[in-house]
This record gives sequence, structure tokens and C-alpha cells, in this order.
Amino acid sequence: MSPHLDSGAPVYAARNYLNTPATGLRSWLTTLDHKRIGVMFLVAATVAFAIGGFFALLIRLELLTPGPTIMDAMTYNRIFTLHGVVMIFLFMIPAIPSGFGNFMLPIMVGAKDVAFPRLNLLSFYVYLAGAVIALYGMVHGGADTGWTFYTPYSTTTPTKVVPILLGAFVLGFSSILTGLNFIVTTHTLRAKGITWTKLPLFVWSIYATSIIQILATPVLGMTLLLVAVEHAFGWGIFDPARGGDPVLFQHFFWFYSHPAVYIMILPAMAVMSEVVCAFSRKNIFGYKAVAYSSLGIAFVGFFTWGHHLFTSGQSPYDAGVFGVLSMVVGIFTAIKVFNWVATMYRGSISFKTPFIYFVGFLFFLFFGGMTGVALATVSLDIHWQDTYFVVAHFHFIMVGSTMMAFLSALHYWWPKITGRTYDERWGLVAAVFVILGFVFTFLPQFLLGNEGMPRRYFAYPERFWALNVASTAGASVLAIGFVIVLVYLLVALRHGAVAGANPWGSRGYEWLTPSPPPLENFEVVPAFERGPHQYHDEPEAAPAARAAEAGHVE
Amino acid sequence: MSSEPAALAHHFESIEKQVHAERMGMWLFLATEVLLFTALFAAYGVYRFLYTSAFAEASRGLETWMGGVNTFVLVTSSLTVALGLDAAARGQGRRSAALYAASIGMGLVFMALKAVEYRHHFVHGELPGMYYQGHIPGSGGSLFFALYFLITGLHALHVLIGMTVLGVVAVKSWRGRYSASYHAPVELAGLYWHLVDLIWIFVFPLIYLI
Repeated sequence: MSPHLDSGAPVYAARNYLNTPATGLRSWLTTLDHKRIGVMFLVAATVAFAIGGFFALLIRLELLTPGPTIMDAMTYNRIFTLHGVVMIFLFMIPAIPSGFGNFMLPIMVGAKDVAFPRLNLLSFYVYLAGAVIALYGMVHGGADTGWTFYTPYSTTTPTKVVPILLGAFVLGFSSILTGLNFIVTTHTLRAKGITWTKLPLFVWSIYATSIIQILATPVLGMTLLLVAVEHAFGWGIFDPARGGDPVLFQHFFWFYSHPAVYIMILPAMAVMSEVVCAFSRKNIFGYKAVAYSSLGIAFVGFFTWGHHLFTSGQSPYDAGVFGVLSMVVGIFTAIKVFNWVATMYRGSISFKTPFIYFVGFLFFLFFGGMTGVALATVSLDIHWQDTYFVVAHFHFIMVGSTMMAFLSALHYWWPKITGRTYDERWGLVAAVFVILGFVFTFLPQFLLGNEGMPRRYFAYPERFWALNVASTAGASVLAIGFVIVLVYLLVALRHGAVAGANPWGSRGYEWLTPSPPPLENFEVVPAFERGPHQYHDEPEAAPAARAAEAGHVE
Repeated sequence: MSSEPAALAHHFESIEKQVHAERMGMWLFLATEVLLFTALFAAYGVYRFLYTSAFAEASRGLETWMGGVNTFVLVTSSLTVALGLDAAARGQGRRSAALYAASIGMGLVFMALKAVEYRHHFVHGELPGMYYQGHIPGSGGSLFFALYFLITGLHALHVLIGMTVLGVVAVKSWRGRYSASYHAPVELAGLYWHLVDLIWIFVFPLIYLI
């Protein structure tokens, strides 16, 4: 281990991945370094998030009054479609795996790079190409189908649905390449001393994500291609007028897109398992349970797609089976939640910004997860189908949980990635804005949905007005929170204090190397004698010590 | 993947580990390919169930002997690929290249026969979706040919890619870029070709025989 890790003033690593081998734009665009590729993904995903967030604000502004507010109905349809497409395909799916995963996973397994660095760079350019194709579609009229592209409407709409479908198709390949790289890296490039049960939990969860990315994405790719072919040439695969079956599209679409929900939430859980240990100063409670439950979610996630088709003419028997299988996901998630809470128990908790977001995450995951179990109940879903209740549910998971995890990861790893610390006070202020803004945006939507307000409608009766105003107000607070985050992080980039190798005192392997890390991650590859979440040196002595302490208290 | 026998990538500790990683990456990639086709096979299954008699009739109208010959050709090309890999493992680069070239030749035969079949369909108006002018009433015929062209078209695209990959590897083999100790690209290209072959083994009975 390098001597400067443990003592003395924090050091900004002189030779690091940011200035080696060069600093110019060209050296970034042609880099094969997983850290730089990760950073480029993060920047691109953040830009996508800003675009998607802008669309979200337009939606909320339009819904400020019951009638037309700032746009007409057709424009509204396009805006919510673009919001969904951008947030899901350009932000949620790549943000944590391709961004933080790319940066952290190879370091966490003690490798110098991912297994296939050139494929990794290709993945980034494929992402950019997909984004450009989709953006072209958006600029030239957009689409009004919703991000789900349900047939037969999507095959007959006059809007520019084909470029957006092709964009999503291309983006899928980026996702596949990254997932493939992570699986092979985890299998073949672990350093000596890192056995499977000494892998950081982040790696386990990203690994589970990668399995879904590899197995589900090709089916979506094919499906979107079929819709595009049908829209362009009228081949009739999903068109009832030509004998096609539109419900088949729904099956195909959700076969990918439901597991895709776990592509979004598993990486969030990955981050959270790291953060809860680092800021509770305790080993994870139930390492294997947390690790295997990720694989459990990935596995069961493939057999739950039918819960999107409860009202699409599926047999009640099928619906029941899919409902029960969907609830199994709740069990695996609960295993994680209980273990995280047990990890905090009697820990030495420090409420730094990443941990604040963890607490927010825990509450929102609980809310989103429990309403998910409720929605998986067929009889209840009939009432809530296509209402704002569903919208609120999946925003609690996607925004409430994944967004919190993204922000938590951003703050937790900011010192590692940039070598500098952000202003903790502003971090806390922004966290309050984001968390409260989130609650005010989406809690009213549960109530609206339960009262029967359908999703994707441009206008609504006056009795829904007050709650919609509350939701829009919350969205504004949320937006202010994000702007604050952006500002102080950008300031920290230049003016932040030097972080040093391990400002949080974390045991994670990524903190064993200087900040920012050198080109091949470690100056000397450490021996990895200690586990990634091991905060007490003699774990076997810990129960006895705890018992003695308990006796003392009594 | 560098073709230089000595070119161990900087982040692998040994050539064995690197080859292991490359092989694993290829198998995972093949899994995604299988799932790509699975979506089409599933769609085919559903519509065959919904339009049983129309699909049976459309299938009977295909030139089964051409499909049969193509199956024979592709399976044989897999044999020459396997022999080519064996030659590469013994360090016989030129022999390996010649066998891979033979496989490419058989790929060309396959594509030629496929082109003759396609021409036949065009002449008889057996086209997908709204362009269908065949004799089968209802939607079954047009759906069959939509799926027929999607599945065989996507497969033909894979044959083309496979021939290109085999070609690149064959040229490098001929130039002696591989050795008995390092010939991973020969093996990986072969794996891809076997997959293309294997998919056809599912396509042939599905479309021509059942």
C-alpha cells in the first residue's frame, strides 16, 4: 500500500488519468482508459438529464391549469414522449452502469482496465450515434406515441417515430457492449486476493445488471426494428388491419422493458450498498444475502413482464402468475432494505451528503416498492391502470431511488474522480431541496391517480387542479435543487479543497489508490487482504466485544 | 484483439487469461445473437398458431430442395471451419487459411441459392405485408412472407458478416500471423460461423419443413 494513503495532508496525485498520457481533447476522444470513458458517459448522461428535465418542466407547466396553458395537445404528446425517451434511454440506463460502473468497476476488482477497452470506447460512440439519431427525430417533429411505442398507433402516427426507434435500437448496442465488458472483466480480471465473496457489493449488482443488459436488450432491439420496418414499409407484423397482433408487441416490448426497470434500479442498489457501509463505519450486514438478491432480482425480473398487460386481454390465470412473480421482486428488494437498515444499526453514522441521499433513497424505494407490490395485485391494478398512480409509482423508483443513488454516487465518488472535495454545506442545502421537491412533485400524483386522473392527458377536470399545482410547485423546487448541485460541483472542480486518497475513510478498494487515480489505477496493486466493507479488523472478535458492550449498557 | 502472437494486451497478466476473456466475450456476444433471432422465432410461432393453414400452405410453396441443399452446404462449411481451426492449432497457417476460404466459398453458394429463391418470390408476388400478391387469401400469406424475409434476410446478413470475418482471419492466417500457441481470432471467427450455421439449422425446419 502506498504510504501517503494513511497519514499526512491530503495529496493531489500529480500523475493521474486526467493528465496522462495527455490532456488535449483528442487524447480524450481516442482514449481507451475506462476512467475517461466513464467520465465522458457521465457528462453525456448529465446533458441528457438536463434535456429530459427541461421536457419534464414543460409538462408540469402545461398541467398547471386544467385547460391549455403553454402548448397545444399535440405538442404535449410529443413533449411527454421525448421526456420518457431521453430520461430512460439516454440517462437512466447508461448513467450509473456506463458512467460510474465504467470508472469504478475495474478499480474495484483490482484490474488495470476493462477486458475489452476498444469495445468500451466503441460503446461510447455507439451511445453518441444513437443519441444523435434520436435527437434528429426530436428536432424534426418528435414522436407522440409515449416512450412505449404501442402499436398500432406507433406504426401509423405521422410523427417522426422511425428515427427515434432507430436511435433507441442503436443505444441498445451500447448497453450490450458495456454489459458484456463488465461480465468478462469481473470473471477474468479480478486481482489476486479478490475472491467472489470479497468483491465489493457494487460489483455484484452491476454484474446482475449486465446480465439483464445482455439478455433482454437484443429482444427490444428486434422489436423496435420491427415497428420501424412496419411504420416505414407496412409489413403488418403488429398491425391488426393486416392480420398482425398488437398485443404481441406489448409482450415483446415488456420482455425487455420490464427487466430494463431493473437495469435502472440495480445499479442504484449497487451504489447504496457501498454508501451505507462507508458512512455507517460498519461491515455490511448479510453480504451474501445482498449480493445474491441482486442476481435474484435479475432472474425473476425476466418473468414479470405480463404485469404490464393486465388489461390487454391476458387470461386471468396468466395475470395471476405474473402478479405473484412480480411480488417476488419485492421480497428480494426487502432483503436488501433490511440488510441496509441492519448495517446502520449501531454504526457510527455521519450524515454527509451521500448518506442524506441514501436515507432519501431508502424512503422512496420503500414507497415505490410497496406501491409496486400493490400494483402487481390484479384487482387493484384494474383501478389504477394508466392513472397517475402508476406514474407516481415508477417515478418513486426511477427518480426517487435511482436519481437519489446517482446523486449519492456523484458526491461519494466526486473526490475520487476529480481529486477535489465539494462544499458539504451546499451539498446539504441542495439535498434538502431535491428531496423535498421530489416529495412535493410525486406524492400528489399518487392521490391524483387514486382519484382517477389518467396519465398522458393534456387537460383535466378542475377538481384535480390543487394537487396538480402542488406537483408543479414541487417540480420547480426539484429543479432549483439540481441547479444548486450543478453550480457547486462545477465550482469544486476548480476551487475545491484537495481531497486526498481517502477523504471518507472508506474501506472500498477504489479508495486504496490516489485521487485522481493513475493511468492503470494502482501504482502498486494492493494485496486486498481486507474486505471491501470491513471496518473492524478482527470480525470474529466483534460479536464478543458487542456483547460486552451490551452488558455494560445494561 | 491484436493478431500479433506476442501482443499481450497491457491489462492482462498472461496470454491464457486474455484468450479466456476473449472466448468468454465471444460466447456472451453469441448469446445476444441468439436472443435477437429468438424474438423473430417467437413471432413466427405465434403467427403460425394464429394462421395455421395459411402458414402451412405458404411453407409448402417454398423450394424445399433449395433449402435442403443450403442446409447441407452450411453444415459442410462448418466442418471446414472446424478443420481449419484444427490446422491453426497445429500451427499450419496456410492450411487453415485454405479451409476457411473453402467455407467462404460455400457461404457464397448459400447466398447464390438464396438469391435465386428470393427472385422466385419476387416473380410470384410473394412479398411481405402490403406488397403481398400471392394466392393465399386472408392475412396469413402476407404475414408468413413478412416473417420469412425478416428471418432469412437477417440470417443472410449474418452470413455476409461471417464471410467477411472468416476472410479477414484467413488472410492473416495465410500471412502467418497466428501460431500454435496463439490463434484465438481463428477460433472466435469459427465460433461466429458455427452460430450462423446453427441458426439456419433452426430456420430450415421452421420455415420449410413444419
